[in-house]
Amino acid sequence: MLTFIISKLIICVVVFAISLAVAAYSTWWERKLSALLQDRVGPDRAGPFGLLQPLADGGKMFFKEEIIPNVSNKFLFILGPGLVMVTALMTGAVIPWAKDAYIGGALYSMQITDINIGVLYLFGVVSIGVYGIMIGGWASNNKYALLGAIRASSQMISYEIAMGIAVIALIITSGGTLSLREIVEQQDAGFANVVWQPLGFIIFFVCALAETNRAPFDLPECEAELVGGYHTEYSSMKLGLFLFAEYINMFISSAVMAAFYFGGYNFPFAHELYDAMGLADGSKWIALIGFGAYFTKIFIFISVFMWIRWTLPRFRYDQLMNLGWRYLLPLSLLNLGITVVVEFFRGNLHF
Amino acid sequence: MKLTNRSKVVSDNKEQTGMEKLYLPGIIKGMLITGSHLFKRRATVRYPEETRPMAGVYRGWHVLKRDENGAERCTACGLCAVACPAEAITMESAERKKGEESLYREEKYAKTYEINMLRCIFCGLCEEACPKEAIFLTDRLVDTEYEREDFVYGKSKLVEKIDKRIDVSKRQTLEVAEFKKLPGLKHNEVWEGKNLNKGNKH
Repeated sequence: MLTFIISKLIICVVVFAISLAVAAYSTWWERKLSALLQDRVGPDRAGPFGLLQPLADGGKMFFKEEIIPNVSNKFLFILGPGLVMVTALMTGAVIPWAKDAYIGGALYSMQITDINIGVLYLFGVVSIGVYGIMIGGWASNNKYALLGAIRASSQMISYEIAMGIAVIALIITSGGTLSLREIVEQQDAGFANVVWQPLGFIIFFVCALAETNRAPFDLPECEAELVGGYHTEYSSMKLGLFLFAEYINMFISSAVMAAFYFGGYNFPFAHELYDAMGLADGSKWIALIGFGAYFTKIFIFISVFMWIRWTLPRFRYDQLMNLGWRYLLPLSLLNLGITVVVEFFRGNLHF
Repeated sequence: MKLTNRSKVVSDNKEQTGMEKLYLPGIIKGMLITGSHLFKRRATVRYPEETRPMAGVYRGWHVLKRDENGAERCTACGLCAVACPAEAITMESAERKKGEESLYREEKYAKTYEINMLRCIFCGLCEEACPKEAIFLTDRLVDTEYEREDFVYGKSKLVEKIDKRIDVSKRQTLEVAEFKKLPGLKHNEVWEGKNLNKGNKH
């Protein structure tokens, strides 16, 4: 029992550290990639290739003056960014990072917890994330912040519906399980889910962009209209937490997309490779290679997120709502219908 | 009511075609355009380490030349200060004492010589005015400073170091060199005849 608790504790800390590290270096990569896309060089002064830039940014954030507006609700004002950060970090709990591995004779699972309603948990926690933005924007007692918060909540609620229906179709394809580990394991043999759910993947991807408040759906914080949106009144590390949480969300949603649609830690010809290397099931090396494959996929997704941000202009608000309700929602319903019919004839549907 | 014929229809607000409504082809096209820039040449130059090639005749940070023996050429005649349209140059003259022959070329020299780099417009007229070939503009860029006072460059920043001579051969065009080869008195006559005696003010 004690070893179980200790092992889980270690995994918790590792996932926490990885989430933060990836988020920190996402900011570096965001700047670097945007520079490359614009024929610039990007940060290259702090350390080799500017690799210490995130530390410099963090240090700058900490030393900035902390301003809490007089007219704000202080408790909620502080609660907002905390809630956003906590929910962003909590989502990493159900993601399976690698195959189970024997370390010192005992089998350890490379996941904080494999609950059988992992998908529901994920959606629940992401929904709570909206509260952080809403509370933060409202407690600021500033009309721009409030408008940004309202936009954020309405946008996230609208796109969650299409996203949820796309995931229902995915769950039907993967045999009715809500456990992320099982969804990933199912893609071990045969094709990745994206082959059966191409439309579902596109819908999920667009919704993920909207859920993480990334361009072209970054209306809640558009500087041009709202002076920064829901975090207008925030300064110092509280602002840093908001910005940081966005990158953690991006990392987690990339991880979820890779797990749902691209097989997570599985990759084509994985078993052939393991056989050629003479690795038995449960080997540390299999876990490590799978982890590497998973992170390659996550890296590609994060890069595509950024690539889109530095290509597309922002949607207008009515266009955003139009796209969410009049295109994505019917499309996801259509996708669900098609999936049900196809899976019925494939014999995967049991009544 | 139509007032003029000059108004142009910029957009006829056409309905989007079905293909455009799909967004995705347009998005992919846009992403390919930005993606192609990943492989293009960077426009940025990492400045202090890398510099762009400069024209030999670039007019930057001034230098006060020494002659071949290492003595300062400037005699504090003040013609550069007169020529300067921005009034950036000030100087104080002093008489050379015995034993200073190796320091100063002629009997009179500039005790202080200051150029205010914030006033200077780098026109090069000081260089043109100089009868002693003492001042030249070089292709070195003026440093950035935190205080305005630091932009007033004194002799310590203007006079070239004996062991680190600055090549100004590109600034010395053939015409200037020929003109300045005219023997002493004649040189001044031509110069005065051209500019001062006729009362031409620039």
